[in-house]
Amino acid sequence: MRFEYAPAPESRSIVDIRSSYGLFINGEFVDPVDGERFKTISPATEDVLAEVVAAGPSDVDRAVSAARDAYENRWRDLPGKERGKYLYRIARLIQERSRELAVLESIDNGKPIRESRDVDLPLVAAHFFYYAGWADKLRYAVPGGAFAGGPAAGFTPGGSAAPGGPAAAGGPSGSAAPAWPGGAEPRPIGVAAQVIPWNFPLLMLAWKIAPALAAGNTVVLKPAETTPLTALLFAEICQQADLPPGVVNIVTGAGETGRLLVEHPGVDKVAFTGSTEVGRAIARAVAGTRKRLTLELGGKAANIVFDDAPIDQAVEGIVNGIFFNQGHVCCAGSRLLVQESVAEPLLDALKRRMATLRVGDPLDKNTDVGAINSAAQLARIRELSEVGDAEGAERWSPPCALPDRGFWFAPTIFTGVSQAHRIAREEIFGPVLSVLTFRTPAEAVEKANNTPYGLSAGIWTEKGSRILAIADQLRAGVVWANTFNRFDPTSPFGGYKESGYGREGGRHGLEAYLA
Amino acid sequence: MPSARLAIRKTYKLFVGGAFPRSESGRSYVVTSVNGDFLANAALASRKDVRDAVVAARAAVPKWAGATAYHRGQILYRIAEMLEGRRSQFVDEVAAVETGDAVSTVDAAIDRWVWYAGWADKLAQVYGSANPVAGPFFNLSAPEPTGVVGIVAPPDSALLGLVSVLAPAIVSGNTAVVLAAEERPLPAITLAEVLATSDLPGGVVNLLTGRVAETAPWLAGHLDVNALDLTGVTDPGLATDLERDAAENLKRVRRPSPTAADWYAEPGIDRMVAYLETKTVWHPKGV
Repeated sequence: MRFEYAPAPESRSIVDIRSSYGLFINGEFVDPVDGERFKTISPATEDVLAEVVAAGPSDVDRAVSAARDAYENRWRDLPGKERGKYLYRIARLIQERSRELAVLESIDNGKPIRESRDVDLPLVAAHFFYYAGWADKLRYAVPGGAFAGGPAAGFTPGGSAAPGGPAAAGGPSGSAAPAWPGGAEPRPIGVAAQVIPWNFPLLMLAWKIAPALAAGNTVVLKPAETTPLTALLFAEICQQADLPPGVVNIVTGAGETGRLLVEHPGVDKVAFTGSTEVGRAIARAVAGTRKRLTLELGGKAANIVFDDAPIDQAVEGIVNGIFFNQGHVCCAGSRLLVQESVAEPLLDALKRRMATLRVGDPLDKNTDVGAINSAAQLARIRELSEVGDAEGAERWSPPCALPDRGFWFAPTIFTGVSQAHRIAREEIFGPVLSVLTFRTPAEAVEKANNTPYGLSAGIWTEKGSRILAIADQLRAGVVWANTFNRFDPTSPFGGYKESGYGREGGRHGLEAYLA
Repeated sequence: MPSARLAIRKTYKLFVGGAFPRSESGRSYVVTSVNGDFLANAALASRKDVRDAVVAARAAVPKWAGATAYHRGQILYRIAEMLEGRRSQFVDEVAAVETGDAVSTVDAAIDRWVWYAGWADKLAQVYGSANPVAGPFFNLSAPEPTGVVGIVAPPDSALLGLVSVLAPAIVSGNTAVVLAAEERPLPAITLAEVLATSDLPGGVVNLLTGRVAETAPWLAGHLDVNALDLTGVTDPGLATDLERDAAENLKRVRRPSPTAADWYAEPGIDRMVAYLETKTVWHPKGV
C-alpha cells in the first residue's frame, strides 16, 4: 500500500530577508571597510537570498576592538546576575521568534523545516536559558575552585554558602559564610573568537555564544560562508534585548575571514567547530600564543547493533543517526556495525524504512531529508561515493525522485564495506551509510575504535550490562545507547582523539570560557 | 468637579490547590499596617485548612516532580516575569507592612526567583555524582525531591523572606504548604495571585494565613508531610515541640536560624539541598 502526500509547505512570509546585510559590530550593522560582498543562496533552489560581506582584515580588527572595549568596560564587571538577565531575554526572544528563525534556517541551510522547527530552535532557546542560569552561579560550576589561578583571597561578596560548605539539612543555617574552598572565583578569559559550521548554524551559535557570555566573555563570531542569515537575525535579537554594544559581534565571510579572526592578536580564546583539517591548522596557528582553544571537529561514529537489539527501534536509530540533517552531522552514525547473525533482517528492514523517506523541499512539513548545503559539499559526497563503488562496496538507494534545481543526494547505504575502504575511514558528511559486520563484542569495539575520530558512538542491545561495558571501551565523547543524536544543553558534548578537545554543554561547557 | 471614587477593596483568602478559598472555619483576623491602620481581614486558617492544603500538595507531587527540570525552570522564570509586571503593586503592599526600602525588597524577591529558576537543571550537576566504585558497576547518585515540604515563612520579611524559603523548596520538584508571616500576610496572598497565573500547577504551592502557633503543630504532625522548614518560628519552645512532632515520620527538619537572616544575601544551595533525597543507581557492566 502506498500513501501519497499532498505538499504541506511552510509559509515563507514570516521571514523578511533583506537584499543586503552588513557586519554586526559594536551593536549595529555596519558597511565593510575592506570586505567584499558575496551572495548567499538557497541550496534547495539555487536562488540568491541576499548579499553578505566577506569581512576583511580591517573589519575583523574593528570587531575584535569592539569586543575588547565591551569586555573591559561593559561586560566583564557586570554582575553575573545581570549578565544572566540579558541571556534570559535572548532566550525568550528566540522562543518568541522561533518560527521565523526556523523558516530562515531551512531556507538558508536546506534542512527540513520539521527539524529546524522541532529540533534546532527548541535547543537553541534551551541553551540560552540554561547558560543564563549559570551566569550568577559560576563558582558552583567548578567545585573546589578547579580554575583558581588568581590570588588566594577568600571569596566574600554576598556571604553565601558554597558547595562543599556545610549542608544544612536538619541543621541550623549559619549566616557565617564558608569561604570558597578553592580561593579565587572563576573569571572570564576575555575576547572569544568563535567560528562555526553550516550544518546547525543557529544551534552552533548558541553553543558558542551562550556559555561565553554567561562566563563574562565577549565574542566575535563568524558564521559559515553558506549559512550567515540566522546569525544576522540573531544580531537583531541582541539589539532587541538591549545587549550592550560590542558584547556580541558577527562577522560574516569564508575561511579567510575565519583565519583573520582566530589569528588576530586581540583574541584570548578560540572556539572552532568544523573539519578536522581546519581544526589542525587553527591549533598550529595558536601555538605559542596565550590563546586558549577548544575544537569540535569531525567524526566517523560507529553505530553498533547487537543481535539482541530491538530491530525496529534500531532501524529508526540508524535512520536518525545518518539521515538526520542530510547526514551533515559531525556525530552522525556513519558506520553501521551490525552483528553478523542479524545483518540480513536488519538491512532488509533498514531498506524498507529508507524507501519511505521523503526527500525534497526543505520547507515542506512532510520532508525527511532536505537539500545538501552546497555544491561543494555535494561534489565531496559524490566523489567519496564513487570511491566506494570503485573500492568494491555495494551501493543501494531507494527509488527517489530528486528536484531538478538545487543540491540533492538520495539516502544511500554501502554494504560489504571493509575497514580499509575510504568510505569507512573518511567523514563523508552526507546521507551515506557504510555498513560493516562483526561477530563478537570485542570485534565490535575493535572496529568502532579503529578510526582517528572519537566524537560519538551508538549501542543497540537489550542488555544493560552490555551497554555499560561497551560504553566503557569506546573511545568516544558521547555514547548513545538505544537512541541516537540526542542533544540537551545540560549534557556535555565533544570528542576524543582527532574529533577535537573541550566540551560544549553542561557544567563542563563553561570551562572553556573560564580562567 | 469629579466625585471621589470609592475604592474596591480586595478580600484576602487562602491559596489551596490552585484556588482561593476562605478558611473553612469562617474566621478572619485583622491585619494592620506599620502605622497601625486597618489594612484588611485575612483568613484565619484552621487545622482543617492545613489538612486540605497537605492533600492538595500531595496530589500535585507526581506532576511537578515528574516535570522536566527545564520545564520547572521555565515556570520559575515565568513567576519572576509575572512578579516584575506587578512590581509597583508589591512595592505598595510591602511598604504598607514593612519599614525599609520596599523597592529593593521587591527587586530582590524577583531576582531570587530568577536565581532559583536557573538552578532547576543544574542542581543535579552540582549535587549529584558519578561514583567510581571498586567493581564493574555503573554507579550514579542523583538528587530527587523529598515530597511535600511544610514551611513556616519568616515573620520579618513578608515577601522576600517568603520567596527565599519557598523557591528553593519547589525548584527541585517538591510541593509546599506555607504558613505566611502571621502579622503581615497580605503580600503572600498577592504572591499567590502571581503563582496562580504563572503556569505553576495548582497545589504545588499552598499558602495559609493565620496563627502559626495554632496551625504549625498540625503541619508538623501530619504524616503526609515529608519535610518541615521552621525558619519562621521565633519561639524556641515551639520550634522544639514542632521538631519533636516531626520526628514521628522522620520529617527532614530545617531548624530556625539562631542569627537574623540576611535575606538580601546570595542564598547558596543549602536550602535546596535540605529537601532532597539522593538516589544512587547501580548497574552491572559486562558483555
